[in-house]
Amino acid sequence: MVRIDAKGLHYKKLNDLIWEAIENGEEEIVLDNVCGQRYIGAGIRKKVKIEINGVPGNDLGVFMDGPEIIVNGNAQDGVGNTMNAGKIVVHGHAGDIIGYAMRGGHIYIKRNAGYRVGIHMKAYKENYPVVVIGGFARDFLGEYMAGGLLIVLGLEKDEDGNIAGNYVGTGMHGGEIFLRGTVEEHKLGKEVKIFQPTEEDINRIKPYVEEFCRLFDYDSEEILNGEFIILKPYTHRPYGRLYAY
Amino acid sequence: MSYDLPRLIPDKDFKVPSACGVSGIMNTSGKRFSGNMIVESMALMRERGNGLGAGYAAYGIYPELKDLYCFHMLYDSDLDKKNAEEYIKDHYEIIESEPIPTRKNPHIKEVHILWRYFLKPKFIPEDMSEEDFVVSTVMFINEKINGAFVMSSGKNMGVFKGVGFPEDIADFYRIDEYKGYIWTAHNRFPTNTVGWWGGAHPFGILDWTVVHNGEISSYGINRRFLEAYGYKCTLMTDTEVVAYLVDLFMRRFGYSPQLTAKILAAPLWKDIDLMPEEERKLYTALRMNYGGALLNGPFAIIVANNNMMMGLNDRIKLRPLVAATKDDFLYIASEESAIRVVCPEPDEVWAPKAGDPVVGVLKSARKTQVVLEGENG
Repeated sequence: MVRIDAKGLHYKKLNDLIWEAIENGEEEIVLDNVCGQRYIGAGIRKKVKIEINGVPGNDLGVFMDGPEIIVNGNAQDGVGNTMNAGKIVVHGHAGDIIGYAMRGGHIYIKRNAGYRVGIHMKAYKENYPVVVIGGFARDFLGEYMAGGLLIVLGLEKDEDGNIAGNYVGTGMHGGEIFLRGTVEEHKLGKEVKIFQPTEEDINRIKPYVEEFCRLFDYDSEEILNGEFIILKPYTHRPYGRLYAY
Repeated sequence: MSYDLPRLIPDKDFKVPSACGVSGIMNTSGKRFSGNMIVESMALMRERGNGLGAGYAAYGIYPELKDLYCFHMLYDSDLDKKNAEEYIKDHYEIIESEPIPTRKNPHIKEVHILWRYFLKPKFIPEDMSEEDFVVSTVMFINEKINGAFVMSSGKNMGVFKGVGFPEDIADFYRIDEYKGYIWTAHNRFPTNTVGWWGGAHPFGILDWTVVHNGEISSYGINRRFLEAYGYKCTLMTDTEVVAYLVDLFMRRFGYSPQLTAKILAAPLWKDIDLMPEEERKLYTALRMNYGGALLNGPFAIIVANNNMMMGLNDRIKLRPLVAATKDDFLYIASEESAIRVVCPEPDEVWAPKAGDPVVGVLKSARKTQVVLEGENG
């Protein structure tokens, strides 16, 4: 295990130090006093563990392919941007565009997330991205989503008592959104419909909910007993007829 | 539109898509603190700019001369300065006139004469308020006197801006030597308009200032709307309209920051249709009457004057904005880390909802504020 004091370090320097540690064979790296440094974990393809004390900057874990990142604090925008594999755990809230164009791996956010969670997320064969949000998510949840899984557990509600904002699933044409709670129909994008989950559906998300509960110390049975709905697109090509009449 | 002609340059359509950074710090008790804090917050977001513009607005910095209008000026040449001073002398008593103190900085190429005046209006026409008179002076100088620009024109405040990174602009203007109770700042990333000194943020009129991350794509409509109220847009950057809009609504019309926010970032018709009747009527009226003031396009702005600071996002949250409080301090910035670098343990930190303003009001000003809001229903 190696500790790096990130206080006052520019992101380039900090990321150089992280790469250097990995090249030296370190498998566990602890970063202290992180404040706004961008691109932590960018493009790393080894199974290392990076623990962050502080608030990392934008694009945490961008293009990441394997590592595990734990944030003891809040995260900013673009967590897991185009991430391929690995795991990001945030013990706080997160900003906008979480899981942007994510292609694989798992993101767990203890509290709330901002706008456009899961925008352009996609899945292919064994690559299956999953984002679990403990509290609520803001508008445009799952915007243009093409694959993968979003789970919003609603353990915290927004100022109006909602767990998801407006325009949920706008432009969505693949993947699924599970909400533990509900959303009014008029807040859905034109491309998605509400479905009631079967037992099989709940079993499918069970491992991710259990992992969330293990990470953040919640009772998984209680959470899984809540009322869920699924949002799914009812066409794979929402704009198929738009340009070709 | 004759005023377009003298400064016709390629970016006349005023598009400035950008990834700028903004930050604002306010002490709501009115306690003054050093500019170092806002500089540190901005320096953390260096990557959000590209060195083509940065600036600071500071409130409470001239307590000895707080009853005088302070004009921060940008001149291209001595001749322009002479012309502008002649005009100013005709209409104002000049109590103080001095260069804005600067420090040599290797990264800042000083291309302008930077000057400040402390002014008292001489004779105000009967049909005009004192503030309107000052606004008309600023409009005249910016429009008619070539090579002279008013950076700010309020009391007990000033705007310091130019082409460079935030740390360098701060060093150049000796921001560390000032103390204020509200500071806002901007780090610019212009991508298709010139980075010039007057086009850097903050934009100011009277004691109103605006810093902005984003792009006002409704610029043309807003500009025409403002022309009807006597505002001339001359600074070749979209954000200018926001400064005049807040002056119009909050000062001239006396609207609250909250109401003004709902004009600038009006709810979408789809959402208005779902409101309870009374609210629906209000928001419909606002959109019908002030459609020309609606700001379209992505934005995160911080607006300030001597009494308040407000952060506001566009309605669909296309730019980041985070707020935090600690005791009697309010912080607003593009990134949470830009707050934590100067306030590691805030009492509360949150991302404001799109279109909902975060407003900090000076404690001593709150009484008048409440009266105003009560009178306007």
